[in-house]
Amino acid sequence: MRVGVVTFPGSLDDRDAARAVRLAGGEPVALWHADADLHGVDAVVLPGGFSYGDYLRCGAIARFAPVMERIVTAAEAGMPVLGICNGFQILCEAGLLPGALIRNSSRTFVCRDQRLRIDSVDTPWTSGYSPGAEIVVPIKNGEGGYVADRETLDELEAEGRVVARYLVDNPNGSYRDIAGVRNRRGNVVGLMPHPEHAVDPLTGPSVDGLVFFTSLLAAVVAA
Amino acid sequence: MPRRARVVVDVMLKPEILDPQGQAVAAALPKLGFGGVVEVRQGKRFELTLDGEVTEDQLAQIRRIAETLLANPVIEDFAVRLEEPA
Repeated sequence: MRVGVVTFPGSLDDRDAARAVRLAGGEPVALWHADADLHGVDAVVLPGGFSYGDYLRCGAIARFAPVMERIVTAAEAGMPVLGICNGFQILCEAGLLPGALIRNSSRTFVCRDQRLRIDSVDTPWTSGYSPGAEIVVPIKNGEGGYVADRETLDELEAEGRVVARYLVDNPNGSYRDIAGVRNRRGNVVGLMPHPEHAVDPLTGPSVDGLVFFTSLLAAVVAA
Repeated sequence: MPRRARVVVDVMLKPEILDPQGQAVAAALPKLGFGGVVEVRQGKRFELTLDGEVTEDQLAQIRRIAETLLANPVIEDFAVRLEEPA
């Protein structure tokens, strides 16, 4: 089970993502932004950070990286892809997920442990959670406000494509408390909070995030 | 010196999208003693310099550049205009 973790210039969380894959029992494979192939991986994680310095818009330059062309093609063919934080922004810019992420309504960078509810377990990344599961994972972003037009939001809700919602306190002004969404097929998931930072009791607020990675392994083995 | 033309692309958040940066600027104005401004929206301006006269084809291409890269049509509107030479 090989899981690619992409490093763009400015990525920060690629090592933690690779470690989460390893702790879940998978083999992380480092992918470079300039790679023109995916080295036979079964799934891909786009990690958090500030790819290309967040120039222009978060994710706007990264979406045109050579490796992204391959990822878009593979995602459209059903390969599981998880975008975390900056990775979520890249997936939205690439058009693999609807909506966009804008500057936090609070105008401040938010870094804290965040309670979430998992609202969609129909994805390879969340199938190990029970529906409605509440988890606590870190969140850290300055531009994490999820926005989309009303029609798109209604469609996401009607089709059960909101993967996770903020509980207690919405950290960034995201419409309808949306913390993560999936594509129609379910293989592509974007999430603003960081499950890869909650995989080890030594360094995280919980180990709730590990389920994203164990779910993936179970899903790919079953496929 | 070869003749050059400048095309300006203005990118603004759509009216329905919250603009926290514009709000922060608006909130600063009264503190600085400037009154009468009820709203500020912050956008981006791109200046594209081209060789020679700008053709309709080039303007069409710049509109494609704007919708592909300079603006995210999900949250932003853009306007393309030819800047008159000084």
